Amino acid sequence: MRWRMRACVMAALAIWPAMQARAQGNGTDDGQWVMPAHDYASTRFSRLDQINRGNVGQLKIAFTFSTGLLKGHEAAPLVVGSTMYIVTPFPNYLYALDLNRPGAPLKWKYDPKPAAASQGVACCDVVNRGAAYANGRIFFNTLDDYTVAVDAETGAEVWRTKLGDINLGETMTMAPLVADGKVLVGNSGGEMGVRGWLTALDAGTGKIVWRAWSTGPDKDVLIGPDFKPYYAMDRGKDLGVKTWPPEAWKIGGGNVWGWISYDPELKLVYYGTGNPGPWNPDQRPGDNKWTAGIFARDVTTGQARWYYQFSPHDLFDHDGINEQILITMKVNGKPRKVLLRAERNGYFYVMDRVTGQVIAADPYGNVNASLGVDLKTGRLIPNPDKVTTQGKVVRGICPASPGMKDWNPAAFSPRTGLVYIPHMNLCMDYGAMEANYIAGTPYVGADVKMYAGPGGNRGVFTAWDPGARKAVWEIKEDLPLWSGALVTAGDVVFYGTMDGWFKALDATNGKLLWQFKAGSGIIGQPISYRAPDGKQHIAVLAGVGGWAGAVVAGGLDPRDPTAALGFAGATADLPGKTTGGGMLYDFVLP
Amino acid sequence: MILGLALLSGCDREAREVRGKPLPETAVAAQTSTLFPGGGSAGPEDPRAEMYAENAYHISEGGRLYRQMNCVGCHANGGGGMGPALMDDQWRYGGRMDQIVASIDQGRPNGMPSWRGKLTPTQMWQLAAYVRTLSANVPKDAAPSRNDTMSNIYPRTLAEPEPPSASDPAGAKGPAR
Ligand code: HEC
Repeated sequence: MRWRMRACVMAALAIWPAMQARAQGNGTDDGQWVMPAHDYASTRFSRLDQINRGNVGQLKIAFTFSTGLLKGHEAAPLVVGSTMYIVTPFPNYLYALDLNRPGAPLKWKYDPKPAAASQGVACCDVVNRGAAYANGRIFFNTLDDYTVAVDAETGAEVWRTKLGDINLGETMTMAPLVADGKVLVGNSGGEMGVRGWLTALDAGTGKIVWRAWSTGPDKDVLIGPDFKPYYAMDRGKDLGVKTWPPEAWKIGGGNVWGWISYDPELKLVYYGTGNPGPWNPDQRPGDNKWTAGIFARDVTTGQARWYYQFSPHDLFDHDGINEQILITMKVNGKPRKVLLRAERNGYFYVMDRVTGQVIAADPYGNVNASLGVDLKTGRLIPNPDKVTTQGKVVRGICPASPGMKDWNPAAFSPRTGLVYIPHMNLCMDYGAMEANYIAGTPYVGADVKMYAGPGGNRGVFTAWDPGARKAVWEIKEDLPLWSGALVTAGDVVFYGTMDGWFKALDATNGKLLWQFKAGSGIIGQPISYRAPDGKQHIAVLAGVGGWAGAVVAGGLDPRDPTAALGFAGATADLPGKTTGGGMLYDFVLP
Repeated sequence: MILGLALLSGCDREAREVRGKPLPETAVAAQTSTLFPGGGSAGPEDPRAEMYAENAYHISEGGRLYRQMNCVGCHANGGGGMGPALMDDQWRYGGRMDQIVASIDQGRPNGMPSWRGKLTPTQMWQLAAYVRTLSANVPKDAAPSRNDTMSNIYPRTLAEPEPPSASDPAGAKGPAR
């Protein structure tokens, strides 16, 4: 089935070198790192090339900085001018380090003082995925649902806006994107029956400009006359109500806790929506729009332009929140504006980002949860053997709930044309049961147990060729990969492992060129920048945690494999391999 | 003698209070510190504890509530998640029946909801009795030998009891929240 579908678009996809990232990003690389994804196209590609395949083996520590915290550190540091900014997990400190002085000492610390109680409603450790810089300000979210703007020079708070309510189980963990004078932010809470949204705040004042809900009537979702989804399955009036049992959309999830990209030419933002709630699918017959899919929206008005659902009526907690990398690529000889997504459901999507058409969707690991993607209808083809249902334990589902890849972002190099994907190889047993909605408590209804997939390795680092639609090389990792990737113009690619190895590989063939053992597991996002001394640096936060590392960060008991929503079973050995401890590591050539 | 013991424990296990014991249904006032300036110790356990702790009916009701009230979502089947593990010997606020009831009733600052007004004191005691089964700290004949759901955890009746560690409740397991 899958193969036939694939044949009809056996298209010649070819990377159209060089121009892509430049078209969407901030043109030349000025050596700063002002947003977690480096640029609006979300390439995580640094044009700096002092550090290259030949000399990366000599990388040495330039300085370190302890955050003083033991929870999962998922954020990317930022570098603006001569200052480095680090936002931490709860209690969400913002540190500014002075890169002009030896050892990069602390310049100031901003403490937003989030409510302690918010820790109890954060599904998967109390993480924060980073801050964003624009016009002299640093913007980030707090776990207890504030977006704050801080003066980048002084650390003084400029504004703070409350956007959600922890008593509904709502938290904020994602990194904002600043575009068109607006700060775009979304909520978390897919495990607590929280209704998802994306909100645009005025960067100057913090006032809400628009809010687009992920479920409910079209007017709430900001669906109007401009909305032209590519596939029939996503067309119709008020699907955010009609594809749910009565009222279920009000507690239906679709949270926006992942990544946003922006195309300044089209003035469109792209972002995905999380899983529908509860996990027990029998309590929500229907497609559950607009969860587990991707929206393109006009940045000025918030009006939806198109939408595509990766996982209609999601059966496995396969959120659709992963990053989208915007490039221009030749398809059948013609350059097209596309977006690339290593999706949680296990397929690598190439989509036309003007129309929302799926050009290709190929598995990049072991998938049996579904049988493929029907490129005519756009629909994911369920595997009848793996359909989860109440009162039954379905075994051997791959990929598991965190998917082939979770939030941790891939990188794209216009030099090699490859996408570097840190991801997982996990399968699971899934027992769905009745979930009872009590506001502010979990709304899940599933006992899950995860374990390593075929081959026994729980992590994989894959270099994917989106044109050839296949992996060029891959590295098997014992532990799940939960860190982001970075690739540079020196053709070096970086990522970290959950037991603390920070690795540099040859971007062309995956050869290990250098590694460093950090004090705690790495789940952060590496960056590269040019310091005031003119030298290229590489920086990464260590500090294990996140959903995959909750067993360490939360001190959980892995004798219960259902702990941490089933992840503890797959990482029961982690407490014997690493301990918590947030630390920034910064590297430079001697 | 052996028969007598069996009968006795059997009695506890099956006991039903038709009208309940004439104990006040007020919130418990369990202490959660082990530090007593100049010396001292925590007072005796609330007398209601005994009635619930070893009773199969109350434990099974507690198990039902544990799922129905979504304790299971935050604490899993004892291993923890959004909330701490409840199956080990580490207790932040004490692992005695009355201390567990106090945690449920009052809530705890780092994200444990207060259930006062949402659950009756009886239900809280039943929950506490069930919570104690997660660390196998109830008589084996009273604990459920199989879970009501399809969870994959080791039957609590086969597990070794883990009495709360002597240093608790101060010694919180894992990094303090
Ligand atoms: C929204 C998530 C959440 C729910 C629902 C929840 N808890 Fe908790 N619970 C927590 C957190 C977080 C803590 C730790 C609080 C702290 O350390 O301040 C905790 C602490 C506790 C403790 C104290 C543990 C210790 O080490 O002393 C007990 C006992 C407990 N919970 C039982 C329950 C029971 C029984 C229920 C259901 C009625 C329940 N919890 C529901 C999150 C939750």
